[in-house]
Formats: sequence, C-alpha cells, structure tokens
Amino acid sequence: MTTNTPLLKVDNAGIQFGGLKAVQGVNVELDRGELVGLIGPNGAGKTTFFNLLTGVYVPTEGSISLNGEKLNKQAPYKITRKGISRTFQNIRLFSELSVIDNVKVAYHSLAKHSIASSIFRVPGHFSGETEMHEKAVEFLKIFNLDRFMNEKAKNLPYGQQRRLEIARALAANPKLLLLDEPAAGMNPQETQELMKLIALIREKFDLTVLLIEHDMALVMGVCDRIYVLDHGQLIAQGTPAEIRNDPKVIEAYLGEEVS
Amino acid sequence: MTILKSAKGFWLSILLSIILFAIIQFLIIGEYLNGFYINTIFFMGINIILAVSLHLIIGITGQFSIGHAGFLAVGAYASAVVSMKLGLPFPLAIIMGGLVAAIAGLVIGIPSLRLKGDYLAIATLGFGEIVRIVFLNIDYVGGASGLQVSHLTTWPWVFVCMMITLLVIRNFTNSTHGRACISIREDETAADAMGINTTYYKVVAFVIGSFFAGIAGSLYAHNFYIIQPSNFGFLKSFDILIYVVLGGLGSMSGAVVAAILLTIISTFLQDFPETRMVIYSILLIVMMIYRPQGLMGTREITSFFKKKKSVEGGPKDDNQHTVA
Ligand SMILES: Nc1ncnc2c1ncn2[C@@H]1O[C@H](COP(=O)(O)OP(=O)(O)O)[C@@H](O)[C@H]1O
Ligand SMILES: [Mg+2]
Repeated sequence: MTTNTPLLKVDNAGIQFGGLKAVQGVNVELDRGELVGLIGPNGAGKTTFFNLLTGVYVPTEGSISLNGEKLNKQAPYKITRKGISRTFQNIRLFSELSVIDNVKVAYHSLAKHSIASSIFRVPGHFSGETEMHEKAVEFLKIFNLDRFMNEKAKNLPYGQQRRLEIARALAANPKLLLLDEPAAGMNPQETQELMKLIALIREKFDLTVLLIEHDMALVMGVCDRIYVLDHGQLIAQGTPAEIRNDPKVIEAYLGEEVS
Repeated sequence: MTILKSAKGFWLSILLSIILFAIIQFLIIGEYLNGFYINTIFFMGINIILAVSLHLIIGITGQFSIGHAGFLAVGAYASAVVSMKLGLPFPLAIIMGGLVAAIAGLVIGIPSLRLKGDYLAIATLGFGEIVRIVFLNIDYVGGASGLQVSHLTTWPWVFVCMMITLLVIRNFTNSTHGRACISIREDETAADAMGINTTYYKVVAFVIGSFFAGIAGSLYAHNFYIIQPSNFGFLKSFDILIYVVLGGLGSMSGAVVAAILLTIISTFLQDFPETRMVIYSILLIVMMIYRPQGLMGTREITSFFKKKKSVEGGPKDDNQHTVA
C-alpha cells in the first residue's frame, strides 16, 4: 500500500451502444510520469476508451477518477481543464485557423480578459492578447513549428499537422496526455521524428502519457507498460517484454499483421 | 508590431467611413438626393447590420440560424412600442429593440444550442414564423393592419448604429473569444477537447447577433410609417441568409459587400418581387458553380492588400463525423 493515489484510476468502466459492449470492465491505473501504451486489434474499443476518459461519452458502468477526484458525467471541456487532454485518431485541427491560433485556442480557458474588455478594447484586452501571443510563439518554438506560425493549419504537411495537434493538446496544460494513433499515416522518417518528439515531451513537461498505437516497434520501444484491449476487454497488461510473449495477446493478433 | 500595423489600418478605415458619412450627410441636407436614393442608403445600412449580425452566428460560430427576421421583428415591435405607445425618446427605443431581441435570442438559444446538430435551424425557423403569427394576433400592436410608427430614422442614426455593430463584431471576432467561436465552427468536438465551453460561446454569439438584429429592427420600424407582421416573413430571413452565404461564410467584409449589392439589386426590382427571387436563385446557382466559397471566401478585404504565401498541400482527409 502506498499513500499516493494514482493520477488516473479507471474502475470497472464500460460503455454500451445499443447491444454492443464497446468497452467493458476496464481497470486501469496510471502513475505520474509513466508512459503507457494501449494496444489492441481494430475495433477493440481503444478510441472509445479515450472518449470515456475525456467525457465525450458517459460510461454506462464504472468510474473514472483523476487525482482521486471522480470525473463522472462532467462535460469534456471541464475534464480538459482538470488536466486530461488528447489528440484524435483522425486529425481534428481547426483547419481555417492559423497554426498559432490553434495553440491560442488551447490557452483560452486561462485568458483573463473578458468579452466586454475585448469589445471595448480596454488595455486589459491588449495585454491579455499580447501575453497569449508571446506564450504561443515560445511554445511553437519548442516544437519547431514557429516557422509555420501564420499558415492555416490545413496547409501544413501531414506530419506537421500531427505534430501541431500534439502541441495544441500540450498547450492545454494537461497532467495526462492521451495520444490516439499519433503515427498513423506517417512514413518511417516521420515516425522516427515522432518518437523523438514524445521523448522530448516527457523531458520538458511533467506528464503522464497514454498512447494508442498500431506501430508495435514504436510502442515496445517507448512505453514503460502496456495494456492490451480486445473486444472491449483488457486481456493483458505488463512490460513490453511480458506483452510480447503473452499467448493471449498473440492469439488476439492472429490474422493481424504483427510487426 | 502586428498590433500597431492593424491599428493603422483601423484608423484609416474609421477615417474613410467618417468621410463617407459626411459626404452622404451633405448630399441629404443639401437635397441633392431624392427620397428614393436616401431610402436605399438607409436600407443598405440596416441590411449591413443584419448581415453582419447573422455573420457572427453562422459565419464565425457555425450555427445555422435561419429565422433572423424573427429578431428583426421583435426589435421593430419592441422599439415601436417604446417610442409610440410609451412615448419615450428614440435612442431609448433603439436600445430597447436590441435588448428585447437579445432576450428572445437567449430564450431560443439556450435550449437549442445545448444540443449538437441541427436543432437551432429548426428552432429559429419555427421562431421566425411564431413571432410573425403572435404579432398578427396581438391587438395592442395592431394585428394584421399593423402599428403606426413615426419616421424617426435618420442618416446619422443609421450610420452610428452600423458603425457600432461593425466595430463590436469585429472586436469580438478578433479576440480570444472570437477564436473560441471559430474553433466551434471548425470542429466542435476538438473545441470542447481544448477546454472551450462550447455551449456558452454559441449562446453568446447568438445573443449578440440577436441584439444587433433587434437594433436593425428599431431603425427599420422607424423608417416606415407603419409596420406589419407581413414585413417579417420567411423571405426576409432568407434575404439576410443570402447576404452571409453570398458574401462568403466567415468573411465580415463579404457579408457587407453582399448586403450592399443585393440591396441595390432588390431596390431596383422592388415592383417585381417574383423576379427578384428568380434573380436571387440564379445568382446563388451561378455562385455555387463558379465560386462555392462565396464572394470573399473566409477572407477579409484587408487581406487582399497583404502578400500571399503558401506551403505545399496537406492531406485531404476531413469531414469525420464520428469522434475518432
Ligand atoms: N458512437 C458509437 N455508436 C455505436 N458504436 C460505436 C460508437 N463508437 C464506437 N462504436 C463501436 O465500438 C467499437 C470500438 O470502436 P473503437 O473504439 O473506435 O475501436 P478502436 O479505436 O480500438 O479501433 C467498434 O465496433 C465501433 O463500431
Ligand atoms: Mg481507434
């Protein structure tokens, strides 16, 4: 027994869509600073699990707590403000906004200037906006995205869009970062850069990361621990070495390409 | 740096508008313009207010509202009651028109904007019709025969209200609050995931838009000698919608330009209302074929004076409707 509560505690959580139990009876605990993988065949319920954690779906069973505080039935924006932020499997940037404005949206909840101060352009508006702008520029430099600052997000090359989405999620200042297949659609070189980026993030930000990924080399290479989901249920958990040799995992992946 | 630069452009446009105001005021006072042209200019101003207020709701926040004439009607009747029935001064009537319309916006907006999907379109469509029928049946405001209103709308009032509307909506849009609204338009799920209280900002944009539609209603009512429920039917809502769509969803200057052009076209086709709708339809079809993004796309007039740059194309994959 430790006195520390885990950062994230998912207790027997699940959700049912009509007759389909997309996720059921899932128990997950993440400690601060861990980088944990979540793998499983297509349709296993991984993305749905992220949607439960972020409040997009309300669990039909079980509970989810962050730092010991229950998150049940809270709106997604409140959960983000409490410290869980995410990227999406299919990139969801604000395409018509510039790269820097994408990041500024993530800073919005910290803005001190009110709607009235912006409408009447009182000094508070200018100082608030300037502060946001400077912070966002510095932030983009960390990710080497400052050179694209004023481009529309939709005009970035694919790999850079993935990068920007991760940057935007981090700008929301999360304690727990959820990455949903960040390497999907990337070429080997971009995947390599992504791995470097994830390493950099862990070093720079005081973070816990939960990573969904299909690229086994990436998962096995960077994760401390791995959870395996199949048909909505956890079938295994452990270190990369343990997972690699787990007969249940090998069975679940039969017929799928194991790379 | 950028703030300084945009401030320069800002003062320049204010200066140009004041010159425009002075010229028109001079022409009106000197009686160089006949009533027909003066009236057209008033309508331009009022239609600009309507276009820009709906632009905030549809173009910026991405909420499809198709009953804007309902708020115009509420503003028109509220202000006419304040000035004619209660005998209060015109400026107060203008403001009351805006406030009552804003309250109506709040009442319609809160329940329908909390839900994702097309509830707002349905609710606003119904609202526009209900408002018209309610006024038709209230004897206090004259029912079908209408309410007598003094002609109090003057060029300075139209100009001041128009400039305030443009400034407020521009200032709101170019701030963290406007970015929050645009993020909802771009991807509501992602906006939510970035900590934006999406319901709050949808309602705020909707209420501000309704407020200015009400202000337009006050000017509109006091530009006639009588207002009737039939002035505010679905076709009026459709007119306003066209300004925003034709101008290019997301462009305030586009909405303004479209409002000016279409006011001119419709003034000259006043006596042929059917022809007007046919011409509008043709205009829309031509637009959809040759310029589906609208006159201005999402750009503003000012951006045409800046240099263009671009990077190589990104991926085409969008329009994901599931949360993945
Ligand atoms: N909103 C929903 N309504 C109905 N079924 C859903 C919904 N979201 C996900 N599912 C189903 O849940 C299952 C798990 O999907 P998902 O979590 O996307 O899998 P993964 O991310 O592991 O590939 C799939 O069968 C999917 O069709
Ligand atoms: Mg998935």
